[in-house]
Amino acid sequence: MSTKEIHGLFADEEVLKASAKALVKKGVHIKDVFSPFPIHGIDPIIGVPPTRLHIAGFIYGLVGMSLALFMFWFTLIMDWPMNIGGKPNFSLLENLPAFIPVTFEMTVFCAAHGMAVTYFIRNTIYPGKKNWNPDLRTTDDKFLIQIDLGENSVSVEEIEAILKETGAEEITQK
Amino acid sequence: MSSHEAWIREPLVLGDKSYHDISNDIAKPIEGKANKQWWIVFTISVIAMLWGLGCIMYTIGVGIGTWGLNKTVEWAWDITNFVWWVGIGHAGTLISAVLLLFRQKWRMAINRSAEAMTIFAVVCAALFPGIHMGRIWMAYWVLPLPNQLGSLWVNFNSPLLWDVFAISTYFSVSLVFWYIGLIPDFATIRDRAARAAKPISHAVYSIMSFGWSGNARAWHRFEEISLVLAGLATPLVLSVHTIVSMDFATSVIPGWHTTIFPPYFVAGAIFSGFAMVQTLMLVMRKVVNLEEYITINHIELMNKVIMLTGSIVGVAYITELFMSWYSGVEYEQYAFLNRASGPYWWAYWAMMTCNVISPQVFWSKKLRRNITFTFILSIVVNIGMWFERFVIIVTSLHRDYLPSSWIMFYPSWVDIGIFVGTLGIFFTFFLLYARTFPVLPIAEVKSILKSTGSQYKK
Repeated sequence: MSTKEIHGLFADEEVLKASAKALVKKGVHIKDVFSPFPIHGIDPIIGVPPTRLHIAGFIYGLVGMSLALFMFWFTLIMDWPMNIGGKPNFSLLENLPAFIPVTFEMTVFCAAHGMAVTYFIRNTIYPGKKNWNPDLRTTDDKFLIQIDLGENSVSVEEIEAILKETGAEEITQK
Repeated sequence: MSSHEAWIREPLVLGDKSYHDISNDIAKPIEGKANKQWWIVFTISVIAMLWGLGCIMYTIGVGIGTWGLNKTVEWAWDITNFVWWVGIGHAGTLISAVLLLFRQKWRMAINRSAEAMTIFAVVCAALFPGIHMGRIWMAYWVLPLPNQLGSLWVNFNSPLLWDVFAISTYFSVSLVFWYIGLIPDFATIRDRAARAAKPISHAVYSIMSFGWSGNARAWHRFEEISLVLAGLATPLVLSVHTIVSMDFATSVIPGWHTTIFPPYFVAGAIFSGFAMVQTLMLVMRKVVNLEEYITINHIELMNKVIMLTGSIVGVAYITELFMSWYSGVEYEQYAFLNRASGPYWWAYWAMMTCNVISPQVFWSKKLRRNITFTFILSIVVNIGMWFERFVIIVTSLHRDYLPSSWIMFYPSWVDIGIFVGTLGIFFTFFLLYARTFPVLPIAEVKSILKSTGSQYKK
């Protein structure tokens, strides 16, 4: 198994998209695409599955809401009921209107932060992580297709020919 | 060349920019050296900040008796400044979250700085409840922690505690939202530093960019999290100022005890926040040469928001007046009569002029697109919105139920010092931000270039 890679560098995201389409049509497996901004429509071409981040966010939100309700019940109903302006301190349900604002805030707090942490973990980014974009220009104005030869049965020459034909500015092997 | 967007829409990026030009233009203030004006303004801000911190330390050491408060007016500048700063913060979230949900592309030029403004404004706001506690070392008592007082828990029925949760959620969520957007741009700055062989800034921006590489999967998740965080931040921003208004509305003080407060405060917050965004952007676009990104068109669009929210605020003022008369409650009637014609009439009419009358001039397209006029008006609105909070708080309190308690409020030098200090903190943070952070979202501006760039609209 070779670990060699081919990188095709493009100046325009539309050209890259067309090239990726041509490559996939020929049966080439594209490892990844690096770009300075999100390229709309690239995900289905190179086979990026839809993210489930929003589902995780929903679950974190539910956790936050349950946590808040448990906190009210434990502190103000169960553990130490206090008479505050004659509010019903014996029942969570009857005292609920006063608890809605904090329930909402806790839901948002947990959903947002839980999602952010999941986002960092799924993207494997954290302070101190070294960037792995193959060409530094891909955070500026260039777009790059990364092809792992180990994952492909199509020959190097053929891949390079397609890249060249479809408008790659630079083709490098690593 | 055909464009992706209706030709009738004005371009949002002027000049024939390439992707590389955008990186260059936005990275320039970070990579270059600060000029003399920046140092002058920065020095003034730091002095104001230090003066404010000195006043805060004096307050903590001696007690809040150093303020101009008295037995009748026991809440004045501290809460005025708190509400004012929180309100200013709201525009940032509105621009970044609500305008994202509405797919308003013009938000791209201003969202980064508006969000930065939000965070710095909330820092200033959060100072006030902290120091008003008097014994700031007991601040952790607002958290529901098990304790030695027979497990006396915090009171979740109280709007003041709702505020603790609202402000901390708002601050931390805004910070995360802002930072997630900054990561790809820090990566751009990092890779530029690597190519220019600048090891120190490369090391710093490497850490700040979390190793972002811009792969397709990461961008896919980036768009998803931006959208969901915007969806969460939108009700959050409405809830925060609603809860702030409930600090007043759930009490039984005449002039505070009204159901109109939540929408009225939210509109006022957006109004004052947009005015502050205008003040900052008009200076920033000039100083860091971003006039091709923050165009007259952007300024006009923001002025329209100012006019709309200013009109909502005006309707709220008039509704309040009507309701106080219509309620038949003589305490309410007196509170509003006293606001308009009592000893604080000047504050009331300053508020009315600045907030109700002045934004109406923006019906004129010529004035909406006039930079000098917009700048002056943005400051007028900020002054007016400060007076709004002052009027609500002090005029309702200074006429107590017993005429023997009637009194005036005069701020002490410590009150003034702390307020000036928060302005210093705000501008110090903002100036540092403008030199070290990409003030426009580089990636997002590139993503809208083809649909709204002027060269694609010819």
